[in-house]
Amino acid sequence: MIDRLDTRETESVPATGEAATTIRLETVVNGRPVSAEIEPRTLLLDFLRDRLGLTGAKRSCDVQVCGVCTVLLDGKPVSACSTLAYEAHGREVLTIEGLARFGELHPIQQAFMERTAIQCGFCTPGMILTTKALLDENPRPTREEIAAYLGGNLCRCTGYWMIIEAVEHAARLMAGEEDRS
Amino acid sequence: MLRRFVIHEPRAVEEASALLEAHGPEAAIYAGGTELLVVMKEGLAHFPHLINIKTIPGLDTIEASDGMLRIGALATHRAIERSPVVRDAAPVLAELEAQIANIRVRSTGTIGGNLCFAEPHSDPATLLVAWDATLRLTSRRGTRDIPAESFFTGLLETAREHDEVLTEIRIPLPPARAGTAYERFKTHERPTATVAAVVRLNGGTIEEARLAVGSVGPRPHRLRGVEAMLTGQRPDADLFAAAAERAAADAEVIEERFESVDYKRHLVQVLSARALATATQRAHPRETGGD
Repeated sequence: MIDRLDTRETESVPATGEAATTIRLETVVNGRPVSAEIEPRTLLLDFLRDRLGLTGAKRSCDVQVCGVCTVLLDGKPVSACSTLAYEAHGREVLTIEGLARFGELHPIQQAFMERTAIQCGFCTPGMILTTKALLDENPRPTREEIAAYLGGNLCRCTGYWMIIEAVEHAARLMAGEEDRS
Repeated sequence: MLRRFVIHEPRAVEEASALLEAHGPEAAIYAGGTELLVVMKEGLAHFPHLINIKTIPGLDTIEASDGMLRIGALATHRAIERSPVVRDAAPVLAELEAQIANIRVRSTGTIGGNLCFAEPHSDPATLLVAWDATLRLTSRRGTRDIPAESFFTGLLETAREHDEVLTEIRIPLPPARAGTAYERFKTHERPTATVAAVVRLNGGTIEEARLAVGSVGPRPHRLRGVEAMLTGQRPDADLFAAAAERAAADAEVIEERFESVDYKRHLVQVLSARALATATQRAHPRETGGD
């Protein structure tokens, strides 16, 4: 049942019984309807990056640990690196590119900037989208709830302290309790 | 890059079973995909046919009635964590589910997939073994219920036959004067050691004790020698210390890359003492306000 990956195999020479069949994907990405022919094996991350040119979500650990490829599927955070594009059929995908509206940053993006919760920026799209899922579900999370929810998004330079403060700031901005500075 | 496969979308369990039978070892059940897709991406396994059982309606129901909590195999960890039914009937399970992996895995990973993959570092498996839960398996040949402990036969191995679909996890709700506790220790993504204890009191003595250990060996299992030494005894710190020592000695433990056998046995000892004390405390609902 379990066989080893044949490293000689290339895309142009599929193994026997692996003929390319495509399926129709009808989805909505950042509010825009998208229709495409895809292979069932297409990963959501590759579809977003290579077919749609949305490169905010990145491939890093590739095993659902780091959170850098996070996108929202019907509002829930998923690892696009380990999700089939097929799963987006009939559903809505939100990537970091879909957050700003009419040239204005989303309050979460604004909050991350104002609290200097970005250094290299590599983890930031995943952090911000995970924060959006959290705040949509729980508009006033405690620090403990923020830390628990974002626990699967790794940052290696900014530091979690500033990120947690940015999430608290975003919650206040979204509740209209604090003006943008 | 994944190798090519086709995705089947059965509308009924019997249809999924027929597809599994028809495609034999070339087919795998696909649910949340949190384990399967990673294994396939790594090239450790290849299945030309994925049977997406998420297209079968009704397999994610969570309900409690007649002293039984029933969780559909397709319920995600997140759904179980947030379910008012689970929080009310089995709060220990809701707390356990909230600790699994991360929010992305919990949003897509299913309890059925977690159990069928039988990765030994599983949180729910250990608790379900302690709770004497049964797993319902359905194929075209019929339906059978199997105790959770018998389901796990070894490292990544279960008693599920190839044409069977796990459809439901059936948890007998704890009787009165029984308390449950779940303890885990982790240093990376998956737990290093997991221990679940159930203690039922009658008067001042332990009428029944169950202790299950997982993650440290190839499969979760009960520690019946420890359970026997607790039964009929008055619960106190000395008894639990002796029981925990025996648990550490009796647990089936294997060496892993970052954890030695001695280290894991030490964890089992510490977690067992904690779990037994907490379960006993929770078995006195009037004095402690319940769990």
